[in-house]
Amino acid sequence: MTTKLLALIVAFAVLVAVPYWVPGIYYVNVGSQILFYAIFALGLNVLVGYAGLVSLGHAGLFGVTAYATGYMLQLGFGHPMAILIALIISMVSMAIFAALSLRSTGIGFIMITLALGEILWGLAYRWISLTGGDNGLSLKTRPAPFGFSLSDANTFYYATLVIFLLSLMAMAVFVRSPFGAALMGTRDQPRRMNALGYHVWAIRFYACMFSGLLTSISAVLFVYYTQFISPQTLALTASAEVLLMVISGGAGTLLGPIVGAALVVVVKTVVSGFIERWNFLLGAIFVAIVILMPEGLVPGTVRLWRMAWRKRPSPVTRDAEAKS
Amino acid sequence: MNLWLVLAVNSITFGGLLFLLSAGFSLIFGLMRIPNLTHGSLFMVGAYIGVTFILGIHGFQMNLWLAAILATISVAALGALAERLLLRRLPGDQLAQVLVTLGLSFMAADLCLMIWGGDPISVPTPHELEGFVRLGVLVFPAYRLAIIVIAAVVAVGLWLLLERTRLGAMIRAGVDDPDMARVVGIRVSQLFTIVFAMGAGLAAFAGIIGGPILTVYPGLDQDMLPLALVVVILGGTGSLLGSFVGSIIIGFICNFGQALLPELAYFVLFLPMLLVLLFRPQGLFGRHVP
Repeated sequence: MTTKLLALIVAFAVLVAVPYWVPGIYYVNVGSQILFYAIFALGLNVLVGYAGLVSLGHAGLFGVTAYATGYMLQLGFGHPMAILIALIISMVSMAIFAALSLRSTGIGFIMITLALGEILWGLAYRWISLTGGDNGLSLKTRPAPFGFSLSDANTFYYATLVIFLLSLMAMAVFVRSPFGAALMGTRDQPRRMNALGYHVWAIRFYACMFSGLLTSISAVLFVYYTQFISPQTLALTASAEVLLMVISGGAGTLLGPIVGAALVVVVKTVVSGFIERWNFLLGAIFVAIVILMPEGLVPGTVRLWRMAWRKRPSPVTRDAEAKS
Repeated sequence: MNLWLVLAVNSITFGGLLFLLSAGFSLIFGLMRIPNLTHGSLFMVGAYIGVTFILGIHGFQMNLWLAAILATISVAALGALAERLLLRRLPGDQLAQVLVTLGLSFMAADLCLMIWGGDPISVPTPHELEGFVRLGVLVFPAYRLAIIVIAAVVAVGLWLLLERTRLGAMIRAGVDDPDMARVVGIRVSQLFTIVFAMGAGLAAFAGIIGGPILTVYPGLDQDMLPLALVVVILGGTGSLLGSFVGSIIIGFICNFGQALLPELAYFVLFLPMLLVLLFRPQGLFGRHVP
């Protein structure tokens, strides 16, 4: 336990000190990107990892928040009001999204979310009077909460870090809570949970809402970071990218999606400096991970670590491994 | 008046193409229980390979029909290969299979961009079908009528294959109950490869036949995949009649929607799918809920 605490403190110190040890502003911005994509991945992991529901339409919801924020700012609302309205719109959209897609699970869920994501993409692309079509929407300013202007890369990084840590804590509480346990129950044994008197559908619905909230928060950070949104943000590729973050890091683990987000953002940033063909690599990594390391990098490394130290796995992790 | 008729003909043409695309998608879905997310890519790859044959390799040009047959065969082989080498490694794990098809579709899209570039390539209409056909006072473009005829012929052929042959009976058994089919001695995993190759070939065929109307461009895969998905959700998985009726409906909605409500075309397109999901989740002619 003490080593775990120590590791957390070290990780925290490293994250806080990022603007001081990285070589330049560019890398601070990469850090911000990793953090808000990590929030997005945490949100998707609620569904993919803990509820066993794979969504291929989350980028659509992400886009709804981003467009709503941009549009509200264009209408002349202030930043706090625009963010609030955007979050409300996103939560309502997520509720509709969930009500439609939770009619089935497994492959059916994937297909419905995929279709819903495509609808939202199509709307963003075609409904030019609202979204500007391919030209997208741009945001003129970033907000300045409590007098700190977020136009500065370092300040933006710290704001993102604070929100990221809050989201991570929310996830940690959620995983340990009775609700988290119930959700994992509906993932593994929906019928038994139903027989025990749990309302499986409602539990899944609330999980969708929680996932949607994290997604929307990351989308607000994203839209202020890029100050621009176009239909590309809602494309199937974007949904798949986040899914890759979750799956590569390890679905159903607390830290996996963060590692996955860092991996994907770094590979994407580094690789796009050399080649334009990011999508090919994305697809190849996807196929390789699904076939070779289906449990993801974090659980895979933990397993190798345990094997190296010849530590007997605790019954809980053994069960988890037996399941996967 | 004439506008409506032109729109209607275009709708049926597009419906025919959609049928060629979605029949395979539907069979794969019915048999293997997975939506094959590479289906749009197969359509696009077929179109690209076909157009390469038509425009000529080392000055040797082919006509559309020969190119279509060659593209169909090569893409069918690619499909069989993908099924054998990748999907076969993940037996029973449908989620992983879907993710593999998704990854493959990205790779295919990027490879096409790398090989054929970002500019749209138009496919020349074959000379013998360049003109118009007069029916009384009405004038129809000959090529569009030809597509309708081809789609109808393929539909009848597929129907005969499924309903009147031993292979078809085996596929139908696999769609209805794969476990029982295995028990009575049908090698269902072998059917997977056959159906996957067949579906891939049909998609590629649709891609090149549709080339003169749709042109070939990067992103064609992402335009077609959702349409196949909608058709199959609407018609029901594993049902040939379902994908036929679904294709015609979506063909009409697509053309009329784009003409009448261009901004909301996508929304109108997905509306019937949502209605079907809400009130008849197995689709209009489907037998089981995906």
